[in-house]
Amino acid sequence: MSTIPFNVATVRGEFPILQYPVERPVVFLDSASSSQKPAAVIAALDHYYRHTNANVHRGVYQLSEQATLAFEQARQKVARFIHASSAREIVFTRNTTEAINLVAQAWGGANLRSGDVILISQMEHHSNIVPWQLIAQRTGAVLRAIPIDAQGRLVLDDLDRLLAGVKLVAVTHQSNVLGTINPVAELARRAHAVGALMLVDGAQSVPHMPVDVQALDIDFMAFSGHKMLAPTGVGVLWGRKALLDAMPPFMGGGSMIKTVTIETTTYADIPARFEAGTPMIGEAIALGAAVDYLTELGMEAVAAHEHTLAHYLLERLSDVPGLTWYGPPVGPDRAAMAAFSMVGAHPHDIAQILDSEGVAVRAGHHCTQPLHAALDLPSTVRASCYVYNDTSDIDRLVVGLAKVTKLFG
Amino acid sequence: MSDMYRDLILEHHRYPHNYGTLDPHDVSQEEHNPLCGDRIRLDLRIEDGKIAAVAFSGKGCAVSQAAASMLTDELVGMDVNRARDYGKDDLLELIGLPLDKNPVRLKCALLSLKAMKVGLYRYLGQQLEADDLD
Repeated sequence: MSTIPFNVATVRGEFPILQYPVERPVVFLDSASSSQKPAAVIAALDHYYRHTNANVHRGVYQLSEQATLAFEQARQKVARFIHASSAREIVFTRNTTEAINLVAQAWGGANLRSGDVILISQMEHHSNIVPWQLIAQRTGAVLRAIPIDAQGRLVLDDLDRLLAGVKLVAVTHQSNVLGTINPVAELARRAHAVGALMLVDGAQSVPHMPVDVQALDIDFMAFSGHKMLAPTGVGVLWGRKALLDAMPPFMGGGSMIKTVTIETTTYADIPARFEAGTPMIGEAIALGAAVDYLTELGMEAVAAHEHTLAHYLLERLSDVPGLTWYGPPVGPDRAAMAAFSMVGAHPHDIAQILDSEGVAVRAGHHCTQPLHAALDLPSTVRASCYVYNDTSDIDRLVVGLAKVTKLFG
Repeated sequence: MSDMYRDLILEHHRYPHNYGTLDPHDVSQEEHNPLCGDRIRLDLRIEDGKIAAVAFSGKGCAVSQAAASMLTDELVGMDVNRARDYGKDDLLELIGLPLDKNPVRLKCALLSLKAMKVGLYRYLGQQLEADDLD
């Protein structure tokens, strides 16, 4: 097992919310839903509104120039973080969901025909299912899903048959329930071999591991700021420049135009073409600060830390009587999260009892009803780790689970 | 530990009252909670303007199951108009849980009440407004 290469206590100390209440700070194990924010990110947001607030790409006055500069620097930081070939390939969206809807509507609307197939998987978040259903209804395209095996991995034995007629493969890099890290580079290679494009839902991977979109050789990737230490309200669509260049707009309005007459409009170049209206300026700048923070920790170090936690989490959960956790065993394709169920106790009750013990986890279907249908469970409890968690948090979780057993076992 | 798991709630959860289905019935209504996928079905038999028999079935958390169990006890013999007007505050008082600051758990507690009201309004040929469930 690798040693933890950064000091978790120091990292934890940099997250104001994790210091309160002072007598017993909360054990936060719901980062897969939304992460906490370090002081540096909160300061970036605060600094923007105190010192730099003005609309971007509009004023010639100093404030607007400063805001524009900081906004575009954030775009460059994000581009470097995921190894995009150019900052022009980075489109700021509200979140992962909007980024996927953008591709579905703009690319799908222009390119999908009746009978074309969009290949997703059984483990997708609703945000990587419903946008494709909407465009399928409009175009006559159809959805097909890669099944999963008993350990929560994609079953790729039959991939050649599944790829017949496929125009786009849209699969998550890391399951938000099973913790499975999917072989997206391999899927991209197979997709390209049949002339299909590859979109990756990076909402759970970009915050937790080094991601290189060029090395993966994918075509689109969507992710959210709020799961990677940044504020809510900012997400990212990365797309290969040639693909984005050829796509029509997603929404119309200010900023996305070159010239407008009453009759017609010529559209701006990318990425502005996909950023109609005043964007989330402060949030994007704060996302840049989050990227700086993660870069300073080092994403290799973050991934190593989480691998250690994954090992400890699954080991400790395995010792809890009556508990079943889902997803692959610890290994290179397993993230530091676990969805689980317990005999005799409903997930809501488990989460409520853990809350009374100061442990925050999520209960429900985690926006993956098709996956839960495959698991034959209405809902599960999920504990998920991040940079500020250590093994003592998992110990507190296990202590809380003993209370559940006492009440319901 | 909060009041949420005091003995009465756990007792109703372990040994729910009026659990099952009614055949024949005058009202049968299933509602589900999209947050967790839980489902509750509530059956009513109505005689002379009163609820003569009631049963619920389905799976859910301790809060939703205990609330359904206690609600069904309360409904037996109740005038249908009184049952139609039975509201959120009545139920919260009945089960004794302070859920005004727990909007998520509130939905668990109210699932059986929603099934009862949706079913009764339809039985009475009346229009149920969404606000009536808040």
